[in-house]
Amino acid sequence: MTMPFYVAPEQVMKDRADYARKGIARGRSAVAVLYADGILIAAENSSSTLHKVSEIYDRIAFAGVGKYNEFDQLRIAGVRHADLKGYQYSREDVDARSLANAYAQMLGQIFTHEMKPMEVEILVAEVGIDAGFDQVFHILYDGSVVDEDTYSVIGGDAEAITARLEAAFQPGMDLAGALGAAVSALAGPDRTLAPAEMEVAVLCRTTERRAFRRIEDAELVALLPA
Amino acid sequence: MTLPIFTASGDPGPSFADLLKRTRPSDALPERPHDLAITHGTTVLGVRYADGVVMAGDRRATSGNLIAHKTMEKVFPADRFSGVAIAGAAGPAVEMVKLFQLQLEHYEKVEGAVLSLEGKANQLGQMVRNNLPAAMQGLAVVPLFAGYDVRRQEGRLFEYDVTGGRYEEQHHVASGSGSLHAGTVVKLGYRDGLSRDEAIDLVVHALYRAAEEDSATGGPDLIRGIFPVVATISAEGYQRVDDTELRTRVEAIVAGGALG
Repeated sequence: MTMPFYVAPEQVMKDRADYARKGIARGRSAVAVLYADGILIAAENSSSTLHKVSEIYDRIAFAGVGKYNEFDQLRIAGVRHADLKGYQYSREDVDARSLANAYAQMLGQIFTHEMKPMEVEILVAEVGIDAGFDQVFHILYDGSVVDEDTYSVIGGDAEAITARLEAAFQPGMDLAGALGAAVSALAGPDRTLAPAEMEVAVLCRTTERRAFRRIEDAELVALLPA
Repeated sequence: MTLPIFTASGDPGPSFADLLKRTRPSDALPERPHDLAITHGTTVLGVRYADGVVMAGDRRATSGNLIAHKTMEKVFPADRFSGVAIAGAAGPAVEMVKLFQLQLEHYEKVEGAVLSLEGKANQLGQMVRNNLPAAMQGLAVVPLFAGYDVRRQEGRLFEYDVTGGRYEEQHHVASGSGSLHAGTVVKLGYRDGLSRDEAIDLVVHALYRAAEEDSATGGPDLIRGIFPVVATISAEGYQRVDDTELRTRVEAIVAGGALG
């Protein structure tokens, strides 16, 4: 009979975190930037059908990076969570904070109890009635939640992108300004991103009920800096 | 509330009703009271015109011989390009509309694509069919469904029976207690390629006439400012006609000697 080796819990956690980070670093990043009329979410994504940015509810959007099937499972669970809650109580009771907490619970549970952590990093954004009430939650593979109030970066190259975005970000930018800042931060100094390589969506507070809107094709080309 | 996560084999897919059944079984089947005074909604209409369809419904809800509500709404947007109008037991009907609206939105978000108009019409048919046991107890819900088919680029109309049978109509359709009279007025005034204005005048006139003959259908009330709910659905989407415009049209109908 073989004896199982003793592995210190610190080591187990560290190995799992490394594993998750490696998986996340393989994919491209995404950013959320607050602008005058709401929240812009932009991701580097060459696929026009497999989305990283999606609608969850009237004023809530989702962005995920890492392993597609894993964050898509989270996205669908989020849509279900929100629709059930809105049906059972009222549409106003569906908020990003409780959804972010539910995601955090689940990711934390999987990180500590399952063999393999989820190789994902996600954003849950909610546009408020006024600019001061916009919320962006950044949730990591281990279930830790960070509440951001200007911009947020998820994905492998997050540190460098954050530094670039910090330099370009100004409060109350218009949509084109925010998009320009997001795209140049994602691209970095050495390359440019074509519209076809971008996936862009906004949560716009001036639209009626469903604030989520994708910015595609001609509209995206027009907004991107030449 | 925890996140609803399912195994691959137990996944409800984009169906909100299945999701509801799997998460909280008691909500999926509404309680069905016996021998209660049930509030009923009455006449609703749909007419095709050049750019799409017009839907309309009167505002009266009745409970036996009493008028239960003067301002009930029976025409609702189902999503951006379709609408649903209800006649029958008001409680289950409004609940059905709420579930139907949510189902379309839920499908759109989960699948990342909008259902075809045909798919939406079938979904509503299934919901009417699921209501059959309640219909046998006198809680029938008979909706009309209309929308702008963005693939075919034309307006389409569907009506249902209590068993969930779905019938597509080419020109116009009416449902509810005043449908006989309203339907006749529409039939006489209908021709292919009506303009938006002509179609709205036609449905308002039809409801006006139905209200004269059917006690369960409410006519326009110029004193209180209560007008039918009228909506157009075209390439621009679902648009409700506002009361100011309806007031002008009703006044024109009354002034035009429609008092006979």
